[in-house]
Amino acid sequence: MADSGCSEDVAVIGNTDITSEESDSINNTMAESQTDLLRKMEINVAEAEKRTGKNTVNMQETYTVYLIETRAVEAVTEGGLPPAPDSLWRRYSEFELLRTYLLVTYPYIVVPPLPEKRAEFVWHKLSADNLDPDFVERRRVGLENFLLRVASHPVLSSDKIFFFFLTEEKNWREEVLETGFQDKADSRLKSLSAMYRVKNPDKRFTALKQYSDELNTVISQLLRVRARVADRLYGVYKVHGNYGRVFSEWSAIENEMGDGLQSAGHHMDTYAASIDDILEEEEHYADQLKEYLFYTDAVRSVCRKHDLIQYELEMVAQDLASKKQQKEELSTGTVRIFSLKGMTSKLFGQESPEQKESRLAALEQSIQEGEAAVKDKVSECQDFVRAAWDDVERFKEQKDRDLREALISYAIMQISMCKKGIQVWSNAKECFNKM
Amino acid sequence: MSGQGDSAGFTGHMLDLDEDDDLEVFTKNTSLADGSSLPNSPGSMVNQYRLEDEDEGLQAVHTKDFFITVSNPESHVTAVETFITYKVVTRTTRSDFDSSEYEVSRRYQDFLWLRSRLEENHPTLIIHPLPEKFVMKGMVERFNESFIETRRKALHRFLNKISEHPVLSHSEHLKVFLTAEELAPHKKQGPGFLSRMGETMRSVANSVRGLKTRPGEFTVMQEYVEDFSNKMISVDKVTQRIIKEQKEYLDELKQYGPTYTQWAESEDELADSLRGVANCVEQCSQETEEQISHLSEVLLPTLHDYVLCAETLKTVMRRRDKIQADFETKNEALLSRKDDQEALQEEVNALADRIELADNALRGDWKRWHSGMRSDLRSAFLTTAEKNMKYYEKCSAVWESFLLTQRAETCQQKDGDDGS
Repeated sequence: MADSGCSEDVAVIGNTDITSEESDSINNTMAESQTDLLRKMEINVAEAEKRTGKNTVNMQETYTVYLIETRAVEAVTEGGLPPAPDSLWRRYSEFELLRTYLLVTYPYIVVPPLPEKRAEFVWHKLSADNLDPDFVERRRVGLENFLLRVASHPVLSSDKIFFFFLTEEKNWREEVLETGFQDKADSRLKSLSAMYRVKNPDKRFTALKQYSDELNTVISQLLRVRARVADRLYGVYKVHGNYGRVFSEWSAIENEMGDGLQSAGHHMDTYAASIDDILEEEEHYADQLKEYLFYTDAVRSVCRKHDLIQYELEMVAQDLASKKQQKEELSTGTVRIFSLKGMTSKLFGQESPEQKESRLAALEQSIQEGEAAVKDKVSECQDFVRAAWDDVERFKEQKDRDLREALISYAIMQISMCKKGIQVWSNAKECFNKM
Repeated sequence: MSGQGDSAGFTGHMLDLDEDDDLEVFTKNTSLADGSSLPNSPGSMVNQYRLEDEDEGLQAVHTKDFFITVSNPESHVTAVETFITYKVVTRTTRSDFDSSEYEVSRRYQDFLWLRSRLEENHPTLIIHPLPEKFVMKGMVERFNESFIETRRKALHRFLNKISEHPVLSHSEHLKVFLTAEELAPHKKQGPGFLSRMGETMRSVANSVRGLKTRPGEFTVMQEYVEDFSNKMISVDKVTQRIIKEQKEYLDELKQYGPTYTQWAESEDELADSLRGVANCVEQCSQETEEQISHLSEVLLPTLHDYVLCAETLKTVMRRRDKIQADFETKNEALLSRKDDQEALQEEVNALADRIELADNALRGDWKRWHSGMRSDLRSAFLTTAEKNMKYYEKCSAVWESFLLTQRAETCQQKDGDDGS
């Protein structure tokens, strides 16, 4: 185990069985990028508890709450025991609210995802029940992971609402709503679902969107196949348990062979039982993959925001161009663009010079406003692209690091499983020898 | 153990008369080593029965004087039928064989003939089973390659078991089977065959009637045989199930690896690691395939043989009981003093001898058989355990070498980043 004692390390990897030799090489993204927040504060999702209460429609419901613990970092080093942490309880829906707030407020950031609401990619042993203790435990780890991801993000970690989420149990909900993010949330939803054609998208974002879609597809498939492989492997191991039973029965009718058979049977039982822990560990690997599966949604969301801004820019620019065109026609008297006014003037006679003047002035005004709007939009677009691309680069590096570590920890799990297998069959072999 | 002793062949009383003279006679000692009579409780019976050193007597180090192989399955098509012949090659140092090497062509029917002849001549010896005529579940073609291969191996095991048997290996029928160019002239479809059939039917009827004084040791044996049969069937079933599950696992693995490869195509930095994992999964798949092969081709056939052996044992016990039943019937007739006393007395004496010989044969062969079973099954499970260990060792090595490549990359990265 890494000796820093930071729970952050454990949360990212999700596998607490790594020997220290291996964990030295596993450099945690978040330990490397210490934000101001993490320099001051330790964050932990320590426990989960079931609660029952009346919901909004006055019906009894059971839900789970999670205990968020925070502790000042310096306090740990003062002689003796560290002081008790501050803590508060939050339920999953509050995490969701926090995340929606972050998505709306920082549309140029790839916002870390929450662990899944319902268990998906289940293989037969795991229950899909949200109240199942294994599921709750894995969700606890996932929520802690989410908080640490946000807390280690260069931009998100300084958000006040996030800070209050960690520290203020009662008033937090009001404070979030006060930010007025709900209005933006509605328009964001609209923009995400709308279809519009962007004429000059930034090529990097187009490529990014495509990559994000590919990643989503391939990780989904990987999770599905992995679940099936796990299911089959479970079957293989469990059937060996039958050897245990039969050998035991058989040993009862044999004399010299009896002892060897009986003890071999015990080892077969051990073998059959070992698969439960092995597959439970593998769930952590699946969770790491799932995190990045959900990340692809966040990436796609940034791309769509870029599309929207780019589209708005193009619209504003197009509007400006058309007004300039109108002005030119009006001043030179040539009609290049069809306009109703132009037609009616033709039909009903030219307008008076005064009318023309006033129209020109109005157009001029409109054009100036339009130019300002375009300038704003261009600036907004450039700012967005710069900030977004920064975060995308950061995200890509994080992804490469984390997934590589996940693959390494998967390899370690496989080796551990093999070593257990060697042990069991070696023991069984000795017993067979005594038959 | 070959050719020892020269007892009046007890088979003289059997139905077929052209049988060997120089048979090994097993211990005639029906009492225990210390001279006391047989104790009563089945439990202690088992212990007493098994206490004698199994190596004593029958399967002690004896030089192998037969080397037989069954190979080369060939298909033959005639107007009437299609069948497979196998090449049977024998190398022997037996003096009663004219040559030291023989090669003949035999079909499954011929093996059936041989075994039925051996059964007739030695009704209470435990003769290794032949592979089944048909496979019940799901086999469409009799001439499917893997079916033929499985059968060939089983025929090979059969001949080897027979040729190692202290009594059966001296059978004239075996000699004919191994050496005669054409087997047809030697085959008789006479009364022997038919009365064996009849014998089986009657013996079933007799065992239903129940024996008056079956010696306790055979009751114990019968119970053991029943239990052993059930256990073997179970172990066989479990093994088949394991093979099935392994095959399904392998199918999924074959899809698993390629998914990592597909992912690698969308990645830059991550591509190597992903391909590395794909490669590991691929290699482990191959190892899994080998493991399945071992189970199917080594463990399962051995277990299956012993499932069939259990059936043979049941038949042998029935025959033994039948002989005793015959004796009891005749004896009753004698005691009722109704018919010709002299003739009956002779018959009764003959039957009494017959029982004694049958019982002795069975007792002796029982030990040999049990010892052989123990050795065969131990060996089969041992090699399976070793195979499984190797499987895990190889898979572990595959993943470990992947880790090495990853660590090397990590170190390179670290050196690049901060020069430390």
